[in-house]
Amino acid sequence: MTTAAKRLPEESRSADLRDACAGLDVEKVRRDFPILRQRVRGRALVYLDNAATSQKPQVVIDAMRRYYERDNANIHRGVHFLSEHATEEFEGARRKMQSFLNTADASEIIFVRGATEAINLVAQTYGRTNVHAGDEVLITAMEHHSNIVPWQILCEEKGARLRVAPISDSGELLLEDFENLLGPRTKIVAVTHVSNALGTINPVLRIIETAHRRNIPVLVDGAQAVPHLKMDVQALDCDFYVFSGHKVYGPTGIGVLYGKSALLDAMPPYQGGGDMISSVTFEKTIYNKLPYKFEAGTPHVAGAIGLGAAIEYVNGLGMDNIAAHEHELLAYATDTVSAISGIRLIGTAREKAGVLSFLLDSIHPHDIGTILDQDGIAIRTGHHCAQPVMQRFGIAATARASFALYNTREEVDALVDGIEKVREVFA
Amino acid sequence: MPDLRELYQEVILEHNKAPRNYREMETANHTAEGYNPLCGDHFTVYLDLEDDSIRDISFQGSGCAISKASASLMTQSVRGKTRAEAEILFNQFHKLVTGQPANGSRADLGKLAVFSGVSEFPVRVKCATLAWHALHAAMRGKQETVSTE
Repeated sequence: MTTAAKRLPEESRSADLRDACAGLDVEKVRRDFPILRQRVRGRALVYLDNAATSQKPQVVIDAMRRYYERDNANIHRGVHFLSEHATEEFEGARRKMQSFLNTADASEIIFVRGATEAINLVAQTYGRTNVHAGDEVLITAMEHHSNIVPWQILCEEKGARLRVAPISDSGELLLEDFENLLGPRTKIVAVTHVSNALGTINPVLRIIETAHRRNIPVLVDGAQAVPHLKMDVQALDCDFYVFSGHKVYGPTGIGVLYGKSALLDAMPPYQGGGDMISSVTFEKTIYNKLPYKFEAGTPHVAGAIGLGAAIEYVNGLGMDNIAAHEHELLAYATDTVSAISGIRLIGTAREKAGVLSFLLDSIHPHDIGTILDQDGIAIRTGHHCAQPVMQRFGIAATARASFALYNTREEVDALVDGIEKVREVFA
Repeated sequence: MPDLRELYQEVILEHNKAPRNYREMETANHTAEGYNPLCGDHFTVYLDLEDDSIRDISFQGSGCAISKASASLMTQSVRGKTRAEAEILFNQFHKLVTGQPANGSRADLGKLAVFSGVSEFPVRVKCATLAWHALHAAMRGKQETVSTE
């Protein structure tokens, strides 16, 4: 939502709303996504499960298809025409990630399978080197399991302690508590940029500044942020930033770890194998330079190329336009859904992106999901891989509608009608 | 297209709202837990088994309408039955909700027949069968938590 992360949220919002008038032609954009043309159970598909995965525009599908039809070869080693071409495409995709995140250097972009693998990589390399018995890792109470379990594994192995900063009833990080939990034993902070279960946008700039005052590095989980907010890792000054391609209109199985080169250089490799070495003997292996040191084995070349196409697509529409459209849509959905009798919203932070989690009377979210599905409306129900968030609110599950650039007010209206239907069934 | 009213029949909605035998049983000599962590459905089934018969049965917990109504109707259907009879009923019920042909008459299912609509909603089979799997474990004296996910 911010062109520069340093802009104040309120300013950026009004600026974005002004841009929106020039903004996004949603009907035109929808035509770019072939999957949205289909009917589901006899009804037009209303896809509101974008926080789980987003749909893919034709340009992404075409880019991957073209790679397999025309360019497929292994990269970084062949002398032949195809290999050279595939390598160019793959490294071109890396440069697109560099400008998307605004990293200082393309070698700070490590291609991984997704945000989960990126966090595991950092925990197993940076973490195992720097976290020792009695040390602490600080996360928040709104993390996805993928930003909890890798740190738990690390802490268990090292005899370190996982500390958890609490959140308020509206789903906002309690900053004072967070700051009080930063101590001399804190070796790394890992925090989500946007909560997948609540939609909360965390004040990552302030979190990073606070941690850096104590020389503690910060990993930001951007899986739910990059589809909605303009990113600038240098302005944020975060030490690691991770995201998954499939949530930002790219393919599954590809994602990005950004790390500051000084940190990445000092870290041991994650996996051993081809491509991550510069020379191997049985006595000693010299590791390759960045980013290849962390890219053992043949990578998901088609995936990287597809993700490159997705980022180009998003850039073409303009992240400010996307953010403004989604912001307006979320505000509309929040107003109309919360007006339904018996609705309780879970996650009412002042700064939110993309997600509307709710409960309806005592009706189980699973029943809500089944009934909406009969009208072709896809939402997520359950704990959203964030069981501690559910425990924080004393609930087992929520129903979650999550929005993308192609969603419309009409789809929100369909959701509202669907929820009314749930009420009728359970009346 | 499957009909929602086939799934959410009145009897199911009514048992969801006012589940029968919904209590902890202090005199239980067998218990088992059913837990589907993805959905959050979580029930405990309590049994008072005398010799080979289910003298009393109750349950407690939370879950979706299908899982709760299924647990409620199950407790009504198996009370007074022997273990073997309860297992046969479970088998018939399982065939009903998964859309497999019955061996013999479905008349034995009694009220449980209201779950026939579940077979049109394959992802909900796990909800309908959770309490039954817990009952099965409890009857076998198994302590571990069962899951149908």
